[in-house]
Amino acid sequence: MPPPRSSDAPTLAELRRLTDRAGGGREAPDPRALPFGVSGLDAALPGGGLALGALHQIHESGPRGRYAAAAVLFAGGILARLDGPVLWCLHSRDLFAPALARVGLHPDRVVYCETWRDAEVLPAMEEGLRHRGLAGVVGELTRMALTPSRRLQLAAEGSGVTALVVHRLCAGEAAEPEPSAARTRWRVAPAPSEGTNRRMGRPRWRLDLQRCRGGAPGAWIVEACDAQGRLAVPAVLADRPAAPERVQRRAAG
Amino acid sequence: MAQDGARRGLAGVDAAARRLGLHPGMSAAHAGALVPGLHLVPADEAADAAALARLGLWCQRYAPIVALDPPDGLMIDITGAAHLHGGEAPLLADLSARLERSGILARLAIADAPGCAWGVARFGEGGIVPRGGAGQATTGLPVAALRLGFEAVRALQDVGITRVGHLLDKPRASLRLRFGAELLFRLDRALGREPEPLTALAAPETPRVALRFAEPVGARESLERIVADLCARLVPDLERRGLGARRLDLVFARVDRLDQAIRIGTAGPSRDAAHLARLLGERLPLVDPGFGIEEAVLSASRVEPLAERQDTHLAAGPQAPDLAALVDTLLVRLGAARVYRLAPVESDLPERAVRRVPALAAPLGAVWPTDLPRPARLLAPPEPVTAMAEIPDAPPLFFVWRNTRHLIARADGPERILGEWWVADAEADLTRDYYRVETEAGERFWLFRDGPMQANGRWWLHGLGEA
Repeated sequence: MPPPRSSDAPTLAELRRLTDRAGGGREAPDPRALPFGVSGLDAALPGGGLALGALHQIHESGPRGRYAAAAVLFAGGILARLDGPVLWCLHSRDLFAPALARVGLHPDRVVYCETWRDAEVLPAMEEGLRHRGLAGVVGELTRMALTPSRRLQLAAEGSGVTALVVHRLCAGEAAEPEPSAARTRWRVAPAPSEGTNRRMGRPRWRLDLQRCRGGAPGAWIVEACDAQGRLAVPAVLADRPAAPERVQRRAAG
Repeated sequence: MAQDGARRGLAGVDAAARRLGLHPGMSAAHAGALVPGLHLVPADEAADAAALARLGLWCQRYAPIVALDPPDGLMIDITGAAHLHGGEAPLLADLSARLERSGILARLAIADAPGCAWGVARFGEGGIVPRGGAGQATTGLPVAALRLGFEAVRALQDVGITRVGHLLDKPRASLRLRFGAELLFRLDRALGREPEPLTALAAPETPRVALRFAEPVGARESLERIVADLCARLVPDLERRGLGARRLDLVFARVDRLDQAIRIGTAGPSRDAAHLARLLGERLPLVDPGFGIEEAVLSASRVEPLAERQDTHLAAGPQAPDLAALVDTLLVRLGAARVYRLAPVESDLPERAVRRVPALAAPLGAVWPTDLPRPARLLAPPEPVTAMAEIPDAPPLFFVWRNTRHLIARADGPERILGEWWVADAEADLTRDYYRVETEAGERFWLFRDGPMQANGRWWLHGLGEA
């Protein structure tokens, strides 16, 4: 007896949709993306920018990684360029709100909740991700396993709210990241600024796009967020073509 | 003064009369002989009862289950509610202060069992009986503290048993034989061995709905369904009165009469049945159904007017997202003090630049000064570091923090911040010179020196990262 074809087709389509959602299949680029305004960075990301309604992980490397100071500002700058309220799940009392205001995230937009442990952060983030209309949800976590990351990613997809996880590394934590369902994984590290005469210039970060579904990993030196949360290409690098230098170096060596 | 048959006796006395040696139960003739010109007022039992009920309803501010103990007592079941007032001792102090301010003489006690609290409040010193201390607390009390009838007390006194302690070491069987089961029952209640249900008082105007079950229920899923059902029934009532719930009390009456109560609060008046059910659902794991629950009563013990809101489909822009539902859920889950927004304070001291405002407060529009760079992480308190500067008022060349030496490549400063002498006298000579510094690797720190270099100013690290 031949299988009933008419009822078979929608079931398969349904299954495909489900596997796509769970991250099993190839995904069409999300039309909703937030460009950074840094050409190399946007070109590496599918859709020309940071996918909204998805989970993104931000790590900070270096010995002061557990403070994740630059990672927090990077997250703040992303949310500053979105509209709507933000839920910020705190891990400790050391976040200094005036700094977030300086990257363009107005204090009236941010609702903080004191979730001191990872076990409290994850449900609070999920709760926030269910509320359409939020610009984003930030959670400061020490570590995130695969299953919770999947839950957050699904919740973010369902509501279209962007989820940002700022990792606060514990001392002596393994550098090898855990697998996760996040759309992108960033590593932010401070980079020397272009100061003259021992004065400081605009802060710079080294941004590592370590993992990006549907995009290419890469690394960039950028000028840190300005008062509107925008990154910029360092003037010196922007003016200087990168390719000839590489040729010269090869000639010298 | 109360009439009891032909005898006129004192029903109650005020503080001044008590000082003159009068006490309730004394005959009016005796009292009049002791105190010439004594002013006697006929007792009005109905008015007393009504006043007690009013006081009981007011006491619901502390916990959902308040029971009347006529003629002059109230029982409050503070199980699971004390922490909302900062613990048992602050709760007791608050209640005592409020009663005193309104001119009510009261003695208060907190104990494991209502019977124990009753005895300690009436015959002891009052106060808090520690957990498991019921036996010790009642030992020295007269037997009347067990809530025994006059006859029973007299019978005990006849054989020389005047204190509760005398009963504790007597064999139960002979006590039962001689004085009846009532004595043991009362003793067990005072010691918390026998459960004592309290009948919760309810204000007549409180919107409330109740469900009774033919069979006792206990499964978690059933409870969730009951909660959803109760909320759905309560909402039309609220709607009719134009009210929204700010606080809901849900009391589960157990088969063994040990009622379980949960209470939730909302950040703003609400009559969204699904939302209220979800908030109550957050608290459901705290409910112990025991052998089963036979009745559930949901009451909106605090309500606020909530106007009808008309949804318009013609609104141009996107509507402001409804944060209230999210905030309520987080408030119930984490506690009221842990969800907030931060707002600027006009203060130069970074520690004081931030204050908390309720999460749903109207937008303030204020921002911190945007021209001053500030660190993303503020260390509280600042951590001492060893730093070295070439010349006074110059940024340091390096500093040592937590045994790590940081060479400074670039720096800016100083930004001088002076103490706020109008806040505290000790701050009059507080001076901090803040330096923003950057290491060779680009890491940024926020350091300050708490005085001029000549005056042995020490160096502190106050923040990391910079925006």
